[in-house]
Amino acid sequence: MSIDPGRVKAVFHKELRQFRRNRAIVVTMGILPLLFLTSPMISIFSQNAGASSSTIHAVVGSALLLMLIVPVILPAAISAYSVVGERDQGTLEPLLTTPVRRGELMLGKGLAAVLPAVAITYMLYAIFVVAVRLWATPAVFTDVWQTPEILIEVLFAPLLATWSVCVGMAISVRSSDVRVAQQLSTLASLPPLGLAILITFRVIAPTVLAAVAIGLAFIVLDCLACWGAAMMLDRERLIVGRRAPRQKRTGRA
Amino acid sequence: MPPPELGSRSRPWFVRRRYGVGYRPSAWQGWVIAGVLVAAAVVVLAVVHASSARIAVLAALVVLYSAVGWRLSGPRGDEPGDLEEAPLVVAREPVERTPEQVAAIAQLRAEASIPTERRGPPGDYAIIVEGLTKRFGERTALGGVSFSVGWGEVFGFLGPNGAGKTTTVRTLGTLIAPTAGTAVVAGIALTPENAVAIRSQIAIMPEAPGLYPRLTVAENLEFFAGLYGLADVRPRIEQALATVNLVERAGDPCSSLSKGLKQRVAIARALLSDPRVLFLDEPTSGLDPVASREVHDLIAALRERGVTIFLTTHRLEEAERMCDRVAILNTTLRTVGRPDELRERLFARSLAVTTAAPLDAPERLFAGVPGIDGWTFEDAGGYELKVSDPSAVAPALTRALVAAGADVLSIGERRRSLEDVYLELIDEDVEARRP
Repeated sequence: MSIDPGRVKAVFHKELRQFRRNRAIVVTMGILPLLFLTSPMISIFSQNAGASSSTIHAVVGSALLLMLIVPVILPAAISAYSVVGERDQGTLEPLLTTPVRRGELMLGKGLAAVLPAVAITYMLYAIFVVAVRLWATPAVFTDVWQTPEILIEVLFAPLLATWSVCVGMAISVRSSDVRVAQQLSTLASLPPLGLAILITFRVIAPTVLAAVAIGLAFIVLDCLACWGAAMMLDRERLIVGRRAPRQKRTGRA
Repeated sequence: MPPPELGSRSRPWFVRRRYGVGYRPSAWQGWVIAGVLVAAAVVVLAVVHASSARIAVLAALVVLYSAVGWRLSGPRGDEPGDLEEAPLVVAREPVERTPEQVAAIAQLRAEASIPTERRGPPGDYAIIVEGLTKRFGERTALGGVSFSVGWGEVFGFLGPNGAGKTTTVRTLGTLIAPTAGTAVVAGIALTPENAVAIRSQIAIMPEAPGLYPRLTVAENLEFFAGLYGLADVRPRIEQALATVNLVERAGDPCSSLSKGLKQRVAIARALLSDPRVLFLDEPTSGLDPVASREVHDLIAALRERGVTIFLTTHRLEEAERMCDRVAILNTTLRTVGRPDELRERLFARSLAVTTAAPLDAPERLFAGVPGIDGWTFEDAGGYELKVSDPSAVAPALTRALVAAGADVLSIGERRRSLEDVYLELIDEDVEARRP
């Protein structure tokens, strides 16, 4: 499938413009990350110098996990709106009558949801690390500033966000109600966090190898999710609610 | 009219419900999925660190969550109110027709199915449709339709609600796949491989303007210009907005525009890519007379520019005024032709005469005027005279009426409208035939 970068860019810019002017999305993107940053910082700063290493591991693990929830929840809500929202405001049919291919549409919408979420996550993580360095006990900082932990945050955030976007889009394609789509996609985007939990809570020892292995598992999951979402993004299904017959398919691109 | 006869069908215990476009995933499925996912999260938590009491509480919450979801999820498919359960048959009053009219209708329908190759070389046509059929499950939305549209022609596609007009536009616009048949759109064969090429050459303006309310007029157009990969976007947008007289509103958010203005923006959007073929699906639906007039003027201007326009409408006066040719559709094609040609073929020409009082001996009077083939008395003082050449008969008839001492109130040719043709050819309620 060929991709025209110009069309992807057009979709991407349009989505970002819409998000910027949607108060609900702006507020969600502002307040939710703050909550996910404040809560673990309070826990971490309340640790005294004599805290046991297991306690510190648990607190740091919770903090890192909370920061990984951000790239899951934010794009899920946005991408769930991506198709059903277009349908809701009557813009889906005019959009589909243009030469845009489904891959371009998906990529443009997906990037518009993934990039802000990942940027916010990285920003939160940076603030978190700096704050821990300045005000937390050295033992806590040592626990946070480990290569596997850094890798987990940097690598997992975009992969989890991609999963979340693909699942959100797939649900959005099949929904006709924005709220139902957003609730379902938020829930459906959570399972991969289970893998992240295993490593952040040290059920699996946090090593570079483990982080890369789980990252690869996420990539496989993402590919499957993207393929599934792309298959569902069928013009006929979007317009009339059912997939075109297998024989003599026309108009798909 | 007899009451509608409701179809009786056995329902499965679960039926997917249709809301507007698309199927909504039934809410109960959603809640089951939600429950399963939360259960999975609980299992993961259990693996990590949690007491059995905590797991039991969480499991109970999952059950409660699913139960509440089930309860609040609204009507399910096995409950009354399914929109797909429409009445199957609605009878219409029988229409009385003369044998000549019956023969004319049969001939028009037969001619409507003549393959387009016989009418001219394919290069002469912007659209060629051969036996186009679209079925949704057991329901046939479009049955073996064949017609052609010449380059630069304004072609009207008429039919009642549910006749298949929008399905035809969507099929030709590569939004949905035909079940059978072939087509050429903008000179390109309708195949999956050509879908993007076709969409680059055409523009479709759906019934609803479909503008992004949070974006300004210019931003809406800019987005679509990007999708068409257009160069020199700014001048194009200004030109398109100038065509619809909306340059001053370029910076306004679309949510602030009236419906008429939105429709004009939608037309500007359709013109952006300078399409070779423009599909307008009910462009004046829901507009007031002034806004409708503006849209008509725009269509007339486009015709002057040589744009091929495929106009679907059920406003017959609009089609009669705007279109070079019209097709009348009711799932199958009933006829194709110029509006005046269809009128002439379906209805005999006639003169309508109104006198202050009924004539004393109309038989003798009308028999004395050459060119009158027959007459009928309509109501007090009203007569309809069948003639072959109204302009030749009218002066002689007027003289005869005056000579007979009749007080003539009016005399003139009875003009049949496209609506009369339409009503003769559309004899069934399509919506009622949906399975």
